[in-house]
Amino acid sequence: MTETLKPENADQVLDAVKWAVSEATPLEVRGSGTKEGFGRPVQAGRVLDLSGLAGISAYDPGELVLTAGPATSMFEIEQALDAANQELAFEPMDLGSLYGLGEGTGTLGGVIAANLSGPRRIKAGAARDHFLGFQAVSGRGEVFKSGGKVMKNVTGFDLSKLMAGSFGTLAVMTEVTVKVLPRPEKTRTVLLFGADDATAVGALCHALGSSFEVAGAAHLPAAVAARSNVGYVRDAGTSVTAVRVEGPGPSVEHRCTALRDLFGKFGPVEELHSMNSAALWREVRDASFLADDWIEKQVWRASVPPMQGAGVGAKLRAALGGEAFYDWGGGLVWFALDPRADAGAAEVRAAINDCGGHATLVRAAADVRQAIEVFQPQPGPLADLSKRVKEAFDPEGILNPGRMTAGV
Amino acid sequence: MQMPEPDQGVIDRRAEIVAAMRAIVPGEGVIADDAMLKAFECDGLMAYRQLPLIVVLPETTEQVSRILKYCHANGVKIVPRGAGTGLSGGALPLADAITLGLTKFNRVLEIDYPNRLAVVQPGVTNLGITRAVEADGFYYAPDPSSQIACSIGGNIAENSGGVHCLKYGLTTNNVLGVEMVLMDGTVLRLGGKHLDSGGYDLLGVLTGSEGLLGVITEVTVRILKKPETARAVLLGFNSSEDGGDCVAAIINAGIIPGGIEMMDKPAIHATEEFVHAGYPLDVEALLIVELDGPKVEVDHLIERVDEIAKAQGAVYARISNSEEERAAFWSGRKNAFPAVGRLSPDYICMDGTIPRGKLAHVLQRTAEMSNKYGLRVANVFHAGDGNLHPLILFDANQPGELDRAETFGADILRLCVEVGGVLTGEHGVGVEKRDLMGEMFTEDDLKQQQRLKCAFDPNHQLNPGKVFPMLHRCAELGRMHISRGQVPFPDIPRF
Repeated sequence: MTETLKPENADQVLDAVKWAVSEATPLEVRGSGTKEGFGRPVQAGRVLDLSGLAGISAYDPGELVLTAGPATSMFEIEQALDAANQELAFEPMDLGSLYGLGEGTGTLGGVIAANLSGPRRIKAGAARDHFLGFQAVSGRGEVFKSGGKVMKNVTGFDLSKLMAGSFGTLAVMTEVTVKVLPRPEKTRTVLLFGADDATAVGALCHALGSSFEVAGAAHLPAAVAARSNVGYVRDAGTSVTAVRVEGPGPSVEHRCTALRDLFGKFGPVEELHSMNSAALWREVRDASFLADDWIEKQVWRASVPPMQGAGVGAKLRAALGGEAFYDWGGGLVWFALDPRADAGAAEVRAAINDCGGHATLVRAAADVRQAIEVFQPQPGPLADLSKRVKEAFDPEGILNPGRMTAGV
Repeated sequence: MQMPEPDQGVIDRRAEIVAAMRAIVPGEGVIADDAMLKAFECDGLMAYRQLPLIVVLPETTEQVSRILKYCHANGVKIVPRGAGTGLSGGALPLADAITLGLTKFNRVLEIDYPNRLAVVQPGVTNLGITRAVEADGFYYAPDPSSQIACSIGGNIAENSGGVHCLKYGLTTNNVLGVEMVLMDGTVLRLGGKHLDSGGYDLLGVLTGSEGLLGVITEVTVRILKKPETARAVLLGFNSSEDGGDCVAAIINAGIIPGGIEMMDKPAIHATEEFVHAGYPLDVEALLIVELDGPKVEVDHLIERVDEIAKAQGAVYARISNSEEERAAFWSGRKNAFPAVGRLSPDYICMDGTIPRGKLAHVLQRTAEMSNKYGLRVANVFHAGDGNLHPLILFDANQPGELDRAETFGADILRLCVEVGGVLTGEHGVGVEKRDLMGEMFTEDDLKQQQRLKCAFDPNHQLNPGKVFPMLHRCAELGRMHISRGQVPFPDIPRF
C-alpha cells in the first residue's frame, strides 16, 4: 500500500514536493482519482492527494471568470455556474461512466490536466482555450504562476496551454482560473436517420461549414445508437446523425429549420427538444455508449481531420472488428474493441498515420497501458523537445513519471 | 531602454556572415546596405530604433533551417520579423543580430473547405487569409486593427486579438498547426488539420512567445463561415461607470456580442472630428455593440440590448439599419489611433487588461495621473474582455515628454496589475513592457518561463533582450541544489 500525502494548502504541497525531490521519491499526483485509468500507470513511491485543495475562491459571473482549488469537484463547479446560468463552454467530458465510476466526481484540475472537452469543442474550443491562469509547484520544488484572472492576456509565455493536457507531469497546480460563459437560452437537435458513416460525416461537415453555428455534430452507427437511453435514438433501428443548435429562441428555430432542410437531402429527419437533446449530448460527451456491458472493451479516442473520420473508422473496423462512433463532425473517432494484449495499437497508429492526427488509448487494463504507448508516439525531434520541456519543469522526474511516455 | 551589450566579435565578422548568408539565400534576399537596412530599424513601436547587423529574407523552410543552423553554430543572434507592425518592439533589431524577415513567405498553400481550414505561409497578411476565402463565404476570425498589413506569422508570435475576440477567440484559439524551425535548424510540425495535441501543447505555448522559441514557416488556421448578417448599436452614457454597468448587464443577460467597444469623451471627440462617424458629442462614454449571426437572431438581440441599455441609463441609442450605417459606426473606432494621433505630435498606446468591474476606478485614477503628468489621455476599451487602450498624447520634441509619457504609461500598467489585471492584453511585452514584468511576476515565475525558453533555445540566440528583464544563462537556470535526504518529512496529513 503506497503511503498518501494529503496537503491541505499550497504551502504543504510545496513542502511535499521539496521533500520528494530530496528523497528522489516520485509522486503520483491525484485529484479525486477518477482518471487513474487514463494514461500510463505511474510508478511512484508516494501519492500526492490534492483533495484538500478544493473550493471556489472567486467567482463573479459578470467577469466571466472563476478561480478554484484544483480538486474542486466538477459537481460543485457546475452547481455554482448553474446558479448564475453559466457554464464551462468547452463542455468538459465526465470520464465517470467510461470507467464505471460515479458521475460528477472528477475535479476541475483533472479536467484541465487531461484537457477534456466535449461536443462543443468544435465551436467553443477545448479546456485549454478556457484555462486562463494558475499557481503551481514545479517538480523543482518552486512556486510559480502563469497567466492571470482576466480573459485577455499575452503577458509572458502562455504556460497554461502547456499545463492543460500535461497530466500532472510538469507541475502540481494549487489554484486554477477558468473562463466561464452564459448558458445558451435554448437548445435543439436535428437528427438524420440511416446515413452510412461517410455520408453522415459529409453531411456534418456541410452543416459545420454553414453559418448556422452548429454546436455539436455527432454520428452514431446503428449498433451504437441502439445503446442510447434517448428513445428516438435507441429505437431508430438504424444509424443516427445529430447536429445541435443553441442560442436565443427565434434563432434556434430558424437554424433548426434550415438544418432540417440541409439534412433532409440525405434521409428522414427528426428534432429533439430540451430534455432529450441534453440527454443525447451528455451521452456523446461522456462516451457512455461504451459503458455498461461494454465496460470490458478497450477504447481509443482519435482526433483526425473531420472529413477523414469515417475513413479512419472503416479502417479500424476492418483491421480490428469493434465499433466506432463520431463526434466533432467526424474529427473525433471513438473506437471500442474486444481486449487484446496490444490493444490493436499498430493498426490504430497506421490508420491515423495516413491522414494525420493523434490517438489515445483511453480505456484498457493497466498492464496493457504499461506495455504500449498510450498517447500518440512523436517523431524523434519532437519527442526530444517534449523531453526537454519536461526537464525544464521537473528535471528529477518527480511528478507522475511515465504517465505520458515511458521514461519521461 | 537597456538592450543586451552587442557582441563586437560578431559585428567584426559581418562580412563573413553576409557571405555565408548569400550562399544560402541567393539574389537580393540578403540586405547589408545601411540605407536599405534603415527600413527595418523599428517596428510599430517607433520610439526605439536600431539598425540590424544585416537583414535576411529567406523564401523556403530549407533556407530558414540552414540560416538558423549556421547562426547556431557560429553564435549569431536572430530577430524574427513578420510585417513589422507589432506595437511592443518585439521585432526591434539588435546591432549584432540578423533580422530574419518572413515577408517572402507570402503564399496561400491550401484551402480545405470541408475541413474548414487554410494552410498558408507565415508572411500572408491576416486579411489576406480572409481575402482568399471570402468569395466562398468564409473568413478568418481574429481581426487585429492592423489586419491589412500584419502577417499571420506575426499574429501567432504575438497571439493577436481584435475587436471580435470575446466571441471568436484570439489567435491561439484559431490556429490548428504550424511548421517551425528551432534555433539549431531542426524543422518540426506541431498540430495539423486535427484538433488538440497528443502530447504537450507546444503549439499553444509557441503562440504568443514573441519570436523567442522558434521561427514559424507554415501555418494552418481554422476558417469560419461568415455570419449571415451583423448589426451594431451605438449607445451613449453620462459616465463610463454607466457604460461599464451596461456591458455587465448585457453579458449577465446571456448575450455575447460579436464586438463590444467603448470610448471615452476625448476619444469620441477625436474620432468624430477625424471621420465624422456621427457620434454624439455630449456623452461621457460611447459603446458600440455589434451582434452577428442569423438575421432573426440579430434583430431579436439588438432589441434586447437596446432595452438593457435604456434600463442602464443610456442617454443615446442608435441602431444600424444598413451595412453603410454599421460601417460608419465602426469607422470611428477603427480610426481611433490615427484620430487621436492628429491631436498631438506623438502618442503611445497602452494595452493592459483589467477585471471589467474595475473600469470606472481605473479611468478615474488614469485621469488623476493625466493631471499629475500634465499629459492628455484618451481611452478606447475592448469592453467585453476588459482590454484597455489608453492613448497618452505627448510631443517627443519637448525635452522630457517622452520619458514622462512612458512613466505615465508604466503607472497605468502598474494600476492594471494592482486591480487584478495584467500588463498586456494583446500587444505583447516586447521591449516596451519588459522592465515591468517584475510588477506581475516573481523572480521564480520569470525563471520558470525562461527554463521553457532554454528547452527551445539553450543559448538565448532567438530574440534576446525581449520579454524578460534579465537574461539568465540556461546552465544557471537549470542548476538545482538538492539536499539529498536532508529535507525533513513534511508535517502534513498522510494515510
